[in-house]
Amino acid sequence: MARIYVSPRSIVLPGDILAEGNDIVVDSPFIERKGNQYYATITGLASIQQLDDGKYKISIIPLEGAYIPKPGDIVIGLVKDIGLTHWEVDIASPYKGILTVQEVLDRPFNPAVDSLKKYLDVGDYIVAKVVAFDRARDPLLSIKGKGLGRIVEGSIVEIKPSRVPRVIGKKGSMVNMIMQETGCEIVVGQNGRILVRCPNKDLEEVVILSIKKIEAEAHTTGLTERVREFIRREKTRRGV
Amino acid sequence: MGGATGEKPALIRWEERDGQKVAVRHDGRLAAQLRPIRMEVGVLSNADGSALVEYGGTRVLAAVYGPREAHPRHMALPDRAVIRCRYHMAPFSTAERKTPAPTRREVELSKVIREALEAVVLTELFPRTAIDVYMEVLQSDGGTRTAAITAASLALADAGIAMRDLVAGVAVGKVDGVLVLDIDEIEDNYAEADMPVAMAPNLGKVLLLQLNGVLTHDEFVQAMELARKGIQTIYKLQKEVLRKKYVEVTEEGGE
Repeated sequence: MARIYVSPRSIVLPGDILAEGNDIVVDSPFIERKGNQYYATITGLASIQQLDDGKYKISIIPLEGAYIPKPGDIVIGLVKDIGLTHWEVDIASPYKGILTVQEVLDRPFNPAVDSLKKYLDVGDYIVAKVVAFDRARDPLLSIKGKGLGRIVEGSIVEIKPSRVPRVIGKKGSMVNMIMQETGCEIVVGQNGRILVRCPNKDLEEVVILSIKKIEAEAHTTGLTERVREFIRREKTRRGV
Repeated sequence: MGGATGEKPALIRWEERDGQKVAVRHDGRLAAQLRPIRMEVGVLSNADGSALVEYGGTRVLAAVYGPREAHPRHMALPDRAVIRCRYHMAPFSTAERKTPAPTRREVELSKVIREALEAVVLTELFPRTAIDVYMEVLQSDGGTRTAAITAASLALADAGIAMRDLVAGVAVGKVDGVLVLDIDEIEDNYAEADMPVAMAPNLGKVLLLQLNGVLTHDEFVQAMELARKGIQTIYKLQKEVLRKKYVEVTEEGGE
């Protein structure tokens, strides 16, 4: 018999007891088990789901915290340093990203005759994919693939990485809504950097403001509708 | 904490209340009463997490940075994060100016606070990184190490760092033969004993215990019980203040 002590979407803090019993599936690294009791270890929103077999799945959506890379994540990075055969990329995380030359060029590369600076320089922003990260080494990045590569236009908005799921929304509902309302193109990096490309400066400002609004109100409900209203209001105010 | 100077003031007076003799302290508190406690989180915008904690006249600011890349690199550990603590008293925090250089006392307190925090932070989630905790005593009136540890734990929670439990601390003392909770500077200067305690209440663990002076075995047991009750009160306040941070935004959001 499982007993749940918190309501879904309520705020939990380190040390709070979440549930007790055996029929519980834990789906978060931020839940600790002591005996048959489960405790939260981070500030976040509780998420409880009853599974088909009657068990409860509990997890915590963190409200704060750093970005920890995961293979498959799309991130937006800033090139910080150039080595002989790799670039070092700041990905707004405790770990710096490594982009090797093999993940950029399709042909063989000879460091004796060629310079990496030609392809990517310090200060360039890139959209990249995390291909490997095993905690013993720094995360390996790649820019081979559709939509990946150097960023040549648009603005970058930086938010807390913990707010990214909210900006994307359920199955992309939030980001799709913003794109539809404004006609802008948005690339959301899992590390909290968001690339915004708009037809004009006014729309870009509206998008940036609405992303900032989502960041500030990430733990509230009914946010998509409020943001939609906000965008429409701002658009009429600016006459776009 | 400075030593006793000059003539000893009267710190405990006995009063008749409801037909009982009770010990009243120099500031009007009863033996088992805390000073007024105030806490705030997220006070610094540049730090990942921050907190301001006041125990009466004692005021401590804590800031947390991290987890971030460990510098120098050789300090990093392959299997967990390193926690680095700096407890420091501002030159203007005491009645007489304190030199800004870290004293032997500050180095020791940084170490004991770090060890208390290491017991609760889930460092194994962030290998090869560093978590920096800075605690600055802005105003000192006794019990700064326990206020610092309370503030540090709040700042860590505010930064979103995983912890098994929050940590709260309070000092117990023996003044004129009476065990008192949360002693202040004057009481500390003339006390027979001073015992700072920090606990993780939900885990039921003592994370810091120091004792200056002499207590009998029975007194020690009583003092621990007194500290436990005080810590429970502080712990509740900590949770309240962390929760409040998000509730306020929810209301602004027009729910």
